[in-house]
Amino acid sequence: MTVAPTDLAALAAPRERRRGVRTYIRRHPTIVIGAILLGLMALMAVFAPYLGTVDPQALSPIQRLRWPSAQHWFGTDMLGRDVYSRTIYGARISLTVGISVALLSTALGLAIGLVTGFSRWVDAVVMRIMDGLMSIPSVLIAIALMALTRASMQNVVIAITVAEVPRVTRLVRGVVLTLRELPFVEAALASGTGFFRTLWRHILPNTFPPLLVQASFTAAAAMIVEAILSFLGAGTPPNIPSWGNIMAEGRSLFQVAYYIVLFPGAFLSITVLAMNLLGDGLRDALDPRLARRM
Amino acid sequence: MFAYIVRRVLATIPVMAVVALFVFALLHLSPGDPAAIIAGDTATADDIARIRQKLGLDQPLYIQFVTWVWALLHGDLGISIFTNLPVSKLIAQRVEPTLTLTISTLIVSVLAAIPMGVLAAWKAGSWIDRMVMVFAVLGFSVPVFVLAYVLIYVFAISTDLLPVQGFVTIGGGLGPFLSHIVMPTLALGMVFAALIARMTRASMLDVLAQDYIRTAQAKGLANDKVLVGHALKNAAIPIVTIIGIGVALLISGVVVTETVFAIPGLGRLTVDAILRRDYPIIQGIILIFSAAYVLINLIVDLSYTFFDPRIRY
Repeated sequence: MTVAPTDLAALAAPRERRRGVRTYIRRHPTIVIGAILLGLMALMAVFAPYLGTVDPQALSPIQRLRWPSAQHWFGTDMLGRDVYSRTIYGARISLTVGISVALLSTALGLAIGLVTGFSRWVDAVVMRIMDGLMSIPSVLIAIALMALTRASMQNVVIAITVAEVPRVTRLVRGVVLTLRELPFVEAALASGTGFFRTLWRHILPNTFPPLLVQASFTAAAAMIVEAILSFLGAGTPPNIPSWGNIMAEGRSLFQVAYYIVLFPGAFLSITVLAMNLLGDGLRDALDPRLARRM
Repeated sequence: MFAYIVRRVLATIPVMAVVALFVFALLHLSPGDPAAIIAGDTATADDIARIRQKLGLDQPLYIQFVTWVWALLHGDLGISIFTNLPVSKLIAQRVEPTLTLTISTLIVSVLAAIPMGVLAAWKAGSWIDRMVMVFAVLGFSVPVFVLAYVLIYVFAISTDLLPVQGFVTIGGGLGPFLSHIVMPTLALGMVFAALIARMTRASMLDVLAQDYIRTAQAKGLANDKVLVGHALKNAAIPIVTIIGIGVALLISGVVVTETVFAIPGLGRLTVDAILRRDYPIIQGIILIFSAAYVLINLIVDLSYTFFDPRIRY
């Protein structure tokens, strides 16, 4: 009996695809671990109401400062609020801030970077401004902006975005400056492709891989800065249970009830770790030249 | 060489000008009346008027800017709204703990991280390399205040080895000074050390692949001489660059570390200023920290000529 070659190929395909997944995991373990951890955190944030939580704001003065137990998994704080529920709901704040800042600063940085990479005059002015902004530590920029505005999540996102934009701009500008000199861009322009079309079809897609890597590091940094701002009392309003706020509330009680600080701290660290692993893995996968080095 | 130094020094002027402009603009670009925001929610119209007059906000914008820059160039950072004391004096009072903590962190991190990076690169792929990389990723992911609390839990609450918080100057005796500075230094230094170790490893891997390293080994030079004398010196420029850039992490971290460990430095001053919306203090602190950062990176730039004498553009 003869089997057509196409049939063989069809039979072999599923197994090959499965091996592809396995190879992918073996080659890029950090992407997979990071993505899984992050996925779990995202699921936890979305399904917070169904994870055995109670209202994170519900006060219960009789049950204040209870140690972790079967009833209160992570204990209760000085107002009797359930630390487990607050920590689970806190994932919503951290992830929202991290992802919003990453998206916003990437979009802004991309726009500014593309323009500065192509216009010498704009470049000279804008890059001096970016250099100046980059010489102010990002936490301080965010603190300064937050001290002037009323505490809200929206303002936290804006403040951290302002602090992160110069880095993205610099990255995009660097990529554009390199690409501009490459033969395929020259060829596109020489063969009569319009300037904006060249920018759109040839330059823009090539900025995506480094931007994706940068965006995951930006999200990680933004989550840390949000927690720092809240911890210092200049971030998310105190009535919102963000990880930084929970830790700030536990600060003065650390010696008697350290669990209030350590649980949200652990969740924050794991989320940031997941983002960093994802960024590392993406960099290795997208830029093989750098992969060996870092 | 001299031209290079002059050019580098001059290049810091536009950078600091932008910083100053940003700090000045902050107060004026913010939505709403800055005087009302500083005064807070419970302020009366009188309070607001008083603050407006004190900050010179009733003057035209360009006059405000010129007055402000002129005062700045004379070392006058303005008057604190809450305490009525000169900001420069308030900052000077708090500099010592911050400077002590930052310098001790800088020294400890660099001394720990560079050997780690060198070892990891030399034994690339081994378990030492893996451990260093794990340290680098973890160091980058555990926020400074989380690490600080873990350290307090381990060394001060569970075991009682170190004091929970506080600060003693070197003048207060070496023992108390060291016991108080150990935990803040470790907490603050982790992320910095992770950054340096990673860059050292990457830079060393590049250099170790060069022909002259093989030559040095082939002629029978001892490993330590090859690693330090031949490889590390040539790998130094990216390392000192990242040390300079990483100082931004130290500055951000020191504000948080001082809060956790109740150290009366510039970080505490910042946090108190935020809570009281004492804007002249916040402006002054941003200027001082940014100037320190720019200065350190200037020193880094100048050190290039030492590591690589070919650099003299």
